[in-house]
Amino acid sequence: MAAPRISPEDVRHVARLARLALSDDELERMRAEMSAILDYMDKLRSLDTKGVEPTSHSIPLRNVMREDEPAPSSALDDMLANAPDRDGDTFRVPRIIEE
Amino acid sequence: MLAALGLEALGARFRDGSAAPSEAARDYLARIEALDPKVRAFMTVTPDVALAQAAEADARFKAGAPRGPLDGVPIALKDVLCTRGIRTTCGSRILEQFVPPYDATVVRRLREAGTVLLGKLNMDEFAMGSSTENSAFFTTRNPWDLGRVPGGSSGGSAAAVAADLAAATFGTDTGGSIRQPAAFCGNVGLKPTYGRVSRYGLIAFASSLDQVGPFTKTVADAALVLRVIAGADPMDSTAAAVPVPDYRAALAGGVAGLRIGIPREYFIDGMDPEVERAVRAAVDVLRGLGAKTEEVSLPHTEYGLAAYYLIGPAEASSNLARYDGVKYGLRLPGARDIVEMESRTRAAGFGKEVKRRIMLGTYALSAGYYDAYYGQALRVRTLVARDFQQAFQTVDAIVAPTTPGVAFKIGEKEDPLQMYLNDVFTIPTSLAGLPGVSLPAGFTLAGLPIGLQVIGKAYDEATVLRVAHAYERATDWHARKPTLS
Repeated sequence: MAAPRISPEDVRHVARLARLALSDDELERMRAEMSAILDYMDKLRSLDTKGVEPTSHSIPLRNVMREDEPAPSSALDDMLANAPDRDGDTFRVPRIIEE
Repeated sequence: MLAALGLEALGARFRDGSAAPSEAARDYLARIEALDPKVRAFMTVTPDVALAQAAEADARFKAGAPRGPLDGVPIALKDVLCTRGIRTTCGSRILEQFVPPYDATVVRRLREAGTVLLGKLNMDEFAMGSSTENSAFFTTRNPWDLGRVPGGSSGGSAAAVAADLAAATFGTDTGGSIRQPAAFCGNVGLKPTYGRVSRYGLIAFASSLDQVGPFTKTVADAALVLRVIAGADPMDSTAAAVPVPDYRAALAGGVAGLRIGIPREYFIDGMDPEVERAVRAAVDVLRGLGAKTEEVSLPHTEYGLAAYYLIGPAEASSNLARYDGVKYGLRLPGARDIVEMESRTRAAGFGKEVKRRIMLGTYALSAGYYDAYYGQALRVRTLVARDFQQAFQTVDAIVAPTTPGVAFKIGEKEDPLQMYLNDVFTIPTSLAGLPGVSLPAGFTLAGLPIGLQVIGKAYDEATVLRVAHAYERATDWHARKPTLS
């Protein structure tokens, strides 16, 4: 069997980027599963794609423009109704900047 | 019983006065109450909404002014489509209490057409899965065998139509999430061309692939609803300004003289021999109806799955970044700072498969791996799309199996890669953005439905539906119903 392609440090780094607080057990299981899935993805590397344009959207799209006309936006209370925590007309969150 | 009827048949009953929308709504609500505890298709049942909308439809028919072919017909929606004032969970703990402040465009159009909303349907969390086993809440059962999965991710939508718990339902398809469950549950499931139907208010999974479509009891019903939900939308710039034809009228004409391609690569080692036999027999039926069938090659088919499971997770990792516990959804209390709050909230709110895909996508997009994984997947996507362009130079439509096998047992597929392989025949179409429909093409000896897939050129749903309709008329698979008592 080949050496594991993703190290525990890799998984920890990716979990941090993805903002997922995973336990050590979860991290280890994730490492094993991602390694197996990425092994399968290796079949893509066998294809020669030199000179092939990437497709990020299946249909050709140009910018879709409209007149810039002011119109009422969604009601503030509607938008705040699902907030886990609010303070008047604002969303409240835990501290972002250290004192 | 009204609940056995499809949309078109039910609409005809409303028009000739032999039934009223509120009767149909009550019939369906009673059936849901009796049978859904077994099938578990519904996440939320909305009897008050249904009865109020049905009463309004009653009044329109009484006044001789119904709105159109869908007026008064009872439908249900996959819980990924936002419904104003009605909880929309997306099958996830993170949205368990989410009540959308607006309707998806599809939902608005269906409401304006006079349809009656019975409720919201179960699904794999964030539409990631092929069985509904990834729903954070419960697994939906296949009405043909309650020990088996209905397919996914729109499993609730497929099961509800199969069990006659709605006249039609709506789902979403990113890599096969309409067509695969339609095949497993023996109904008609249509994924329109990417860009045909607005995605506004559809909770995003992979934005370059997601598309809304119907589950119906007949191909004619799919044609009727597509006309209602299709078309440009100022709220979604990818909903293309391509004219929407009268799909129902376009069903006439049959397949005589039509050129139909059979892709060599869609008959693979390890596929269920009963599925292969049924699909080959369906090709014979189409030939008997006058279609010219020929073998075509889609050589990059086997690479589609790998490309999809990089592109989908990459887009998902970005789309799901919005679930940060700030504006809506779950928030875990007690965090010291915002990063801890976000990280703990997301860890608690997302299930295993969603986390796996967020991790995979984040990895594939991260510095040092971007080109080798994501970039290569996008180039392979081009090759897959070119295969279809090549094939469609000589044929008008492609006919293939929807899935390599039939509905599997609940709990049978634990390995994520094994689960992904379910989508091997539906993914290439999704990558290329093309329309595809699955319709019943027989049953295994054990009595499980087999799906036939018809694939067409971009925006040519009319031909796809015409081929499907011709096959449906020549066979009677669609008339079979599961026994549920």
